[in-house]
Amino acid sequence: MIGGFGTAGQPVELIDALLEQGASGLTIVNNNAGNGTTGLGALLAAGRVRKIICSFPRQVDSQIFDGLYRDGKLELELVPQGTLAERIRAGGAGIAGFFTPTAFGTTLAEGKETRHINGRDYVLEDALLADFALIKAHRGDRLGNLVYRKTARNFGPMMASAASVAIAQVSQVVEVGSIDPEAVVTPGIFVNRLVETGGALPPATEGQ
Amino acid sequence: MKGPLSRDDMAKRVAQDITEGAYVNLGIGLPTKVSNFLPSDREIILHTENGMLGMGPVAEGDEIDHDLINAGKIPVTELPGASYFHQADSFGMMRGGHLDVCVLGAFQVSTSGDLANWHTGGPDAIPAVGGAMDLAIGAKQVFVIMELFMRGGQCKLVEECTYPLTGIGCVNTLYTDYAVFDLRPDGVLVREIFGDTTLEQLAELTGLPLRI
Repeated sequence: MIGGFGTAGQPVELIDALLEQGASGLTIVNNNAGNGTTGLGALLAAGRVRKIICSFPRQVDSQIFDGLYRDGKLELELVPQGTLAERIRAGGAGIAGFFTPTAFGTTLAEGKETRHINGRDYVLEDALLADFALIKAHRGDRLGNLVYRKTARNFGPMMASAASVAIAQVSQVVEVGSIDPEAVVTPGIFVNRLVETGGALPPATEGQ
Repeated sequence: MKGPLSRDDMAKRVAQDITEGAYVNLGIGLPTKVSNFLPSDREIILHTENGMLGMGPVAEGDEIDHDLINAGKIPVTELPGASYFHQADSFGMMRGGHLDVCVLGAFQVSTSGDLANWHTGGPDAIPAVGGAMDLAIGAKQVFVIMELFMRGGQCKLVEECTYPLTGIGCVNTLYTDYAVFDLRPDGVLVREIFGDTTLEQLAELTGLPLRI
């Protein structure tokens, strides 16, 4: 699992490290399928991905995905965005599956179990789990408590909970106790590794 | 074949129907234009599905922050009272029926309110769905804004959609360059016609049984 919506919240440095590390035949869960030639785009370009599970692969700058997909070199599982988020949340929360009204009667529900509940039709969707989650947050402490920045939060909290090993890159690692407990978004129990990427810190906001 | 209303006029017409205090999601493309015409005397709170309520106008100059974007991945601003949340909460707001209105574009809408707006179904087209299916079934009211006819003249309000469906029976109101249509289980009601077109002419152009 790789966090991010477009480039907001995409853990580019961790993806670069994954490229360097060499793993291949990967199944990637992300909202998109890479923007441009960096980050997830670079991982795809290097031929390291076998399958991608996402909601919105086609974008103006998704040329690398587009080429691989058209050449049949990449398997695509297309999932509505809310169903993708909920499948990941369910995975992290120990829920095996759930009935959702989204996609009922469409091609994305073909072959899936459906049920009529209290007058409405639902589709059964199963949970998503991963061996690793790579996510990006704003600040983190040694215990793994995380706060995010603005809309870069997106998939980070769910992905952290749904992976065997959750690795978060943060702009800054701070002392334990310096993040207001009321402001913690991802509690440290979900986070296994923290990588400080440094760089220019965006302006701090209240409570972070 | 273009109707009397420009795209801006269509967006303005939709904006008139968004009421005080509404929580609203505007889809990518033409629906986004609606935000330019929201009446300034109404407090309307915009939701963006990538995780924010209280979205402000598009960011310019020093305001641009790549951690603060809308669903179209354009940098935007936050208004006082804004909040951020993760994707499961954001789509829970939709699916759970908490949003009052969502405004979507479409390839086709059927007279019974089916929506087709995510995929042309073409053999070479790369499918991408994003939040379209969640939005279609989630909001209390689903408005579609689109031109009534394709460039080639085919009507986009149809008895039955030929493009792949986004949702079934989910569209409440259709805003076009010719007219506003209410889509109800008992048929299509023409709420308002723009310009000089008569109901009879509109019925002939669309090939649909229409009534007021």
